[in-house]
Amino acid sequence: MTQTGLWLIMLLPLICGALIALGYAFFCRKPAISGYLGIAGVGGSFLISIWGLIGLLGKEGASYYAPGFSWFAVGNSIDISFNLSFDPLAAIMCFVILFVSLMVHIYSQGYMHGDKGYPRYYAFLSFFTASMLGLVLSDNLLFTFFFWELVGLASYLLIGFWFTRPAAANAAKKAFIVTRIGDVGFLAAIIILFANTGTLDIHSLNGMAEMGLIGAGVVTIAALGIFAGAVGKSAQFPLHVWLPDAMEGPTPVSALIHAATMVAAGVFLVARTYPIFESSATAMLWVSIIGAVTAIFAATMALVMNDMKRILAYSTVSQLGYMMLGLGTGGIAIGIFHLFNHAFFKSLLFLGSGSVNHATGTFDIREMGGLSKPMPVTSGTFLIASLSLAGIWPLSGFFSKDEILAGAMDGQSILFILALITVFLTAFYMFRLYFVAFGGTYRGKGNPHESPRVMSWPLLILVVPSVISGLLNAGGGFSSFLGEEVHTGFFEGLFGILLHPLALVSLAVAGGGIYLAFLMYKKKSLSPAIFTERFKGLYMVFSKKYWMDELYEGAIAKNILMKGVFAFMAFFDRKVVDGGINGFFIQKVLFSRLFSRFRTADERIVDGAVNGVASITLEGGKVGRKAQTGQLQSYGIYLAAGVVVLVMAALIIW
Amino acid sequence: MEIAFWIIAITCIVSALLVVGVKNIFHSSLWLILCFLSVAGVFLLLSADFLAAVQILIYIGAISVLIILAIMLTREVQRGNLTNKLKIPALFVVTALGGIMTYMLISSNWTSSDAPPPSTTTAGLADMLFGADGFGLGVLLTGVILLVAIIGAIVLVRDK
Amino acid sequence: MGLTHFLVLAVILFCIGLYGALVKKSAVVILMCIEIMLNAVTIAAVAFNRFASPELFTGQIFTLFIIAVAAAEATIGLAIIISIYKNRDTIDATKIDLMKW
Repeated sequence: MTQTGLWLIMLLPLICGALIALGYAFFCRKPAISGYLGIAGVGGSFLISIWGLIGLLGKEGASYYAPGFSWFAVGNSIDISFNLSFDPLAAIMCFVILFVSLMVHIYSQGYMHGDKGYPRYYAFLSFFTASMLGLVLSDNLLFTFFFWELVGLASYLLIGFWFTRPAAANAAKKAFIVTRIGDVGFLAAIIILFANTGTLDIHSLNGMAEMGLIGAGVVTIAALGIFAGAVGKSAQFPLHVWLPDAMEGPTPVSALIHAATMVAAGVFLVARTYPIFESSATAMLWVSIIGAVTAIFAATMALVMNDMKRILAYSTVSQLGYMMLGLGTGGIAIGIFHLFNHAFFKSLLFLGSGSVNHATGTFDIREMGGLSKPMPVTSGTFLIASLSLAGIWPLSGFFSKDEILAGAMDGQSILFILALITVFLTAFYMFRLYFVAFGGTYRGKGNPHESPRVMSWPLLILVVPSVISGLLNAGGGFSSFLGEEVHTGFFEGLFGILLHPLALVSLAVAGGGIYLAFLMYKKKSLSPAIFTERFKGLYMVFSKKYWMDELYEGAIAKNILMKGVFAFMAFFDRKVVDGGINGFFIQKVLFSRLFSRFRTADERIVDGAVNGVASITLEGGKVGRKAQTGQLQSYGIYLAAGVVVLVMAALIIW
Repeated sequence: MEIAFWIIAITCIVSALLVVGVKNIFHSSLWLILCFLSVAGVFLLLSADFLAAVQILIYIGAISVLIILAIMLTREVQRGNLTNKLKIPALFVVTALGGIMTYMLISSNWTSSDAPPPSTTTAGLADMLFGADGFGLGVLLTGVILLVAIIGAIVLVRDK
Repeated sequence: MGLTHFLVLAVILFCIGLYGALVKKSAVVILMCIEIMLNAVTIAAVAFNRFASPELFTGQIFTLFIIAVAAAEATIGLAIIISIYKNRDTIDATKIDLMKW
């Protein structure tokens, strides 16, 4: 792949987005063309990235590099420049981003059909894709941060796409602000790293960290800071509160941003700067802890949700926790592999829910039911994706989850138990969702029908990787692509895994969850109402989302900040600062009264001088113009007088 | 010779003064004719016989007639020969100019030659005007100027 | 008579003519005074010719041309005066002052 090709991967969606934005008026009249333009941009990038990916396969430690421009250089010591680097990790991320984005672009043609903001939507989508690609391709930490923020902006724009709805506008604001809190940590990490090493080039930093050249304290703080950014972006505890609310955006947006790509940016960032994390045991520990805690935390909340997208949102948070756990305990390959698989089946689930919404007009699963007959494609793909998410062999989710469990088991037993419990919960809530929405009889008021082809084809296409992407690592191919040692062959990995006790345990646990859901919601032999009664307290806690929103918005924002800190600052400003200035001014007034006698003189002199100059010119002009009499003879006198003067001057001089 | 010079000089100056001074414009034009005549006399004193003839022919014969025609056409005679406000400054300037020029004239060394003037100037003048190495071009251009003047005068005063 | 006599005569005549040109109201009189000035110049030219180089007729040639041009100029001048008179019914030089302040 050429350097131009590498730049084009990032620039094509950007250019298409810019074109849509610039020709907005035109596209409003012919909205469909903006859709084609967006698809063209993303499609082109996708093809180039596949070309690059193929070019990297099989070569040990290969990568492509495209130099860019120097953004900030001071002498010889400081040089921050923006170049693109396409190594295996970036290649995988590009593939995921572009593939899911392409599916979402195609799907949105049906889902957003007729929406007034159709061109705006595609412009934002392209902008988001371009920013995300810039993030993964950048080789300088500062530029990663830039694109990180741009991705946050794109997310804000897309979540608040229907901004006339207050819920959507608030959700967009919340997303941006909460992720921003995490970004403070990221920025602090960048500053510390730069201050200690003088460079922000990712490869250099990783190299230095591997060789132990960065001080221990520095590397821990830096890693924790970077992780703080990841916590915000990937919606880990405690900064997870924005993700469920972000479901106010259009469903394809949720599929793209909040299932597959943006939330994966946090995981990607940790993987990118992994040597820094590896150098600090504390950081790795925190990554694992928060990952596991988030996983079970979110899974409990997903149990009691009634909004289909909210269930999927909490499921995403939980799976992201898994990814962090994988990174913390196992290595890059494990976390990224789960990211890779999760992207496909989660986006499939979201797009499927969008399809359901298109058919029934609601997301509330209590108003659905019996959708499998009228919507075979949607329900079939949904089922496969749910099985994959629950971790059933031989679908993709099984392989990545199993590896994470194995890694956790080796290291942290408590976290392993938490993760195992989460497997059960995951399977349960997913199949609760499936049986309630797709099984039974229809309880709603709409007219369920299968979606148009433009929406169901992406579902079918996404089923393929949901099923087989796990096989990519059965023989360890995925891991070795990312540079890790692997010892098993393909079929040995595929079937032999079943012989491991851990695999059997996780399968049993997942199967148990599915069975419980089946009993409760399909066969209706166990009633969910009993559970709600028996565990009323827990139910309360889960459905109130652990009161975290109340904590953040009520206690912290309203009381502590608004009434406390800000009120004090306002008071301070009013009394002290204004009083001081007023006092000073009073002083000044006194002073000026003292000098008021001199004021008139000053006015007269200064004003007099200025006015005098002006009036001199005026009066001079008034006098001077009298010379223009218009009479020939006066001019004649001037002539004669001039001659006299000249002659006398000549006489005197000679 | 001297007396002739003084008489003619005095006539010249006096008549010029009277041109400027008399109230009646027609009279001042008549004094102008006398002035021209005395200038012709000066030419004779300077042995420029052809020039004296030309002076009388053209100045008195043509230009003065033209001036009298203009006076009659514009009925200036009724108004009179008035002066404007600039008498004093003009007097001042003119005396200054005259004084300076006289002073310069008197105090400079003129190169003079004692060669006698030719007795008849006509042949010499003709030779210089129309001969080879002469002012033939000037004569032609003068003719053009006169043509332009004629045409201009006609254009200016014709009725539309 | 010496050169200076004639030249002084020319100067006096010139000054009289200049005075008249600057002071008189009537345009025709101004024209007459201009003719006086021209005559003064011709006197000076011929005087120079007579006393400095009598065999060269330069001064006299000069005078001839002056006379010819003076004739042309008087023609045009008087034509203009008549034209102005027809337009404005006056040829008072003090009244023809459109280009004033």
